Amino acid sequence: MGLESNLNTDGGGFMVTTVDSVVNWARKSSLWPMPFGTACCAIEMMATYASRYDLARFGAERMSFSPRQADLLLIGGRVPIKMMPVLQKIYEQMSEPKWVISIGACASSGGLFDTYSMIQGVDQFIPVDVYVPGCPPRPENFIDAFMKIQKLVENDSVKNYKKPKNNSFNKLWQTN
Amino acid sequence: MSIAELGETIKTEKMKMNFGPQHPATHGTLRIEMELDGETVVSANPEIGFLHCGFEKLCEHKSYNQIVNITDRMNYLSPFCNNLAFILAVEKLFDLKIPKRGQYIRVILAELSRIADHCLCVGAQALDLGAFTAFLYLFEERENIYDIMEMISGNRLMTTYTRVGGFARDREFTDYHIKEIRRATSGLYKTIDEVEKLLNQNKIFHGRTIGIGVVSGKDAINYGLTGPILRATGIDWDIRVSHPYTSYEDFDFDVPIGENGDIFDRYLVRMEEMRQSLRIVEQAMQNLPDGPENAEEEDKYVLPPKDEVYTTIEGLIHQFEIIMENRGFKPPIGEVYFRTESPNGELGYMISSNGGNSPYRCRVRPPSLVNYQILEPMLTGQMLSDTVAILGSLNVIAGELDR
Amino acid sequence: MADQLIFDKIKEKFSDEILDSYEFRGDKVVCLKKDNVLEIMEFLNTDSDLHFDFLADLTAIDYLEYSEPQPERFAVVYQLYSHEFKYELTIKVYIPEEDLHLDSVYSIWKTADWLERETYEMFGIHFRHHPNLKKLLLPEDFKGFPERKDFPVKGIGYRENFPIYSRPFDNNYLRKEED
Repeated sequence: MGLESNLNTDGGGFMVTTVDSVVNWARKSSLWPMPFGTACCAIEMMATYASRYDLARFGAERMSFSPRQADLLLIGGRVPIKMMPVLQKIYEQMSEPKWVISIGACASSGGLFDTYSMIQGVDQFIPVDVYVPGCPPRPENFIDAFMKIQKLVENDSVKNYKKPKNNSFNKLWQTN
Repeated sequence: MSIAELGETIKTEKMKMNFGPQHPATHGTLRIEMELDGETVVSANPEIGFLHCGFEKLCEHKSYNQIVNITDRMNYLSPFCNNLAFILAVEKLFDLKIPKRGQYIRVILAELSRIADHCLCVGAQALDLGAFTAFLYLFEERENIYDIMEMISGNRLMTTYTRVGGFARDREFTDYHIKEIRRATSGLYKTIDEVEKLLNQNKIFHGRTIGIGVVSGKDAINYGLTGPILRATGIDWDIRVSHPYTSYEDFDFDVPIGENGDIFDRYLVRMEEMRQSLRIVEQAMQNLPDGPENAEEEDKYVLPPKDEVYTTIEGLIHQFEIIMENRGFKPPIGEVYFRTESPNGELGYMISSNGGNSPYRCRVRPPSLVNYQILEPMLTGQMLSDTVAILGSLNVIAGELDR
Repeated sequence: MADQLIFDKIKEKFSDEILDSYEFRGDKVVCLKKDNVLEIMEFLNTDSDLHFDFLADLTAIDYLEYSEPQPERFAVVYQLYSHEFKYELTIKVYIPEEDLHLDSVYSIWKTADWLERETYEMFGIHFRHHPNLKKLLLPEDFKGFPERKDFPVKGIGYRENFPIYSRPFDNNYLRKEED
């Protein structure tokens, strides 16, 4: 059964697939999240990573604290006006392809803090793929959002990232 | 030319380094601008405000019971202590006393919150110094306390359980809860012992913590430090003992005191405080009096029981009188300040009332903000790698720091 | 009586400076004129019978919309505590809107450093001789004093004012498949 049944006795054999499925399979099973946790949701995020819920089961235990090596941005917690430029800088530094989860009411909509210093939803200024409701969301919610992102990655296509907009770096490598 | 001479001839210059605001070891959103001479910190300039959400302004537009929601989000490691501190300040303003049983339940929940807070603080501190096991052990205990909080208040983290004159849900605390708390806390003693076995005699842990980040008792008072950081310097001041509130005078517990005021002493004080909190919880459960939990229903400040609201017209009118925005409370005019001992130190609320449904001004005295001021003198002259250890031991909660 | 002792001690020395002194719900409050605050605070800190060595909190109140008339628009509130005698004392200093200056107590209690900076940025009250009086919590280009009563809760446009980042391509079709 499974892949192993296609193997010969000497370990040879081959299989046919598409580049998209292989790349997406690899991407979705080893997402490197960049935890941008500011407040309460970061504690629940920590709980998801810790002993009981263990996000390592989804291939995402390697937290990448450097945005340049991350492909999933987890925005957990309130984002005030002083933090927003930092968040945008981090989003900019992440390389394509990248996905964003907005965890909790505050990051998604401002939550109960409708005040002068709070951003009313980070999706006004950076694109968000999956929203997690709750204040703060339970780890189960968070895992559900994570699986949604995996589905999104699975349906993605390599073609989408062929010619990124406004990327002068790409031009250097074009031969013809 | 010897190496020492060579070292003198090489021209060096100081380096500016930026620590945070998005850094895994800050446990939140802190930023420190440091000037380094080699690996030694010459000057440190902490910058805060990356989580400022206008708590005090928002409170002026919410009713007293609504504000309990917001206090949860100040210190998200021990939300119930914040609920309690706020509601006690309000009850001081309203001149309201809740029955003994309610007070004991508040003590149980506050002490469980304190344990949960110290669990995460010690665990994260150990994690920063490379001891991952202690973090996982303690977080499992924190999960057990989450379960109890969820069972009692309905939410894992944000309890929002206190209301003016009692609790959000009435007559909910039963023997079943006591049994569950006993079950959850029985493992806690063992975990504390295990973590102490892992860390207390650990040579690496000693090297990273003993003699680092030292504060003297005199400085501690002058800088306004409170909580475990103050007690680690050898000053015996715990508000639960010196100004008892919510029946803390009924319980027999010790206040652990450190000697040197370094990181290791703060760690020891926190570990011992967890044991003492367990003692208080055990005593409170044993001596839990019978009777009502909430204050008298006739009182115009207390929400009526839910079954009365759903079945009788009087209860419904009573509920509406309190929660409708144009009705609400009619508190006396004046200002009160109430201090409580939160896991981080003195958590005080100053409430200024105008006689209206929401406070005229609500000021929180956050322990983290005041405790964090010591960072600058503490860091100066230390090594760069000690920054993480010192930050972990101060247990700065960004939500409380910036509000 | 401890309560009386604190009042008496201050009145004895600074009778001209006291506007009012009262007790509300067990909180002892002394209201002072703004001119000699530093001197009185030094006395409270050093006097051997009081020894208020701990400044718990420092903040301000804007009395613009208050129902009862107050001497001035702003009041700076100090919460003092004495570790030795376990005394608690609240000091209120009224400041008129026209002259928002007050002496800093940083030289007595180092706690006052950030608390005064916060009061400065939230209410616009200047503390003389403070070593580093600049904004603490808000961005440096923030205009206005948010905790004043005439500042709107929802702010004056700072929270809407950021550049908008978009995706390099539109992946909305992916989401439609999801549903």
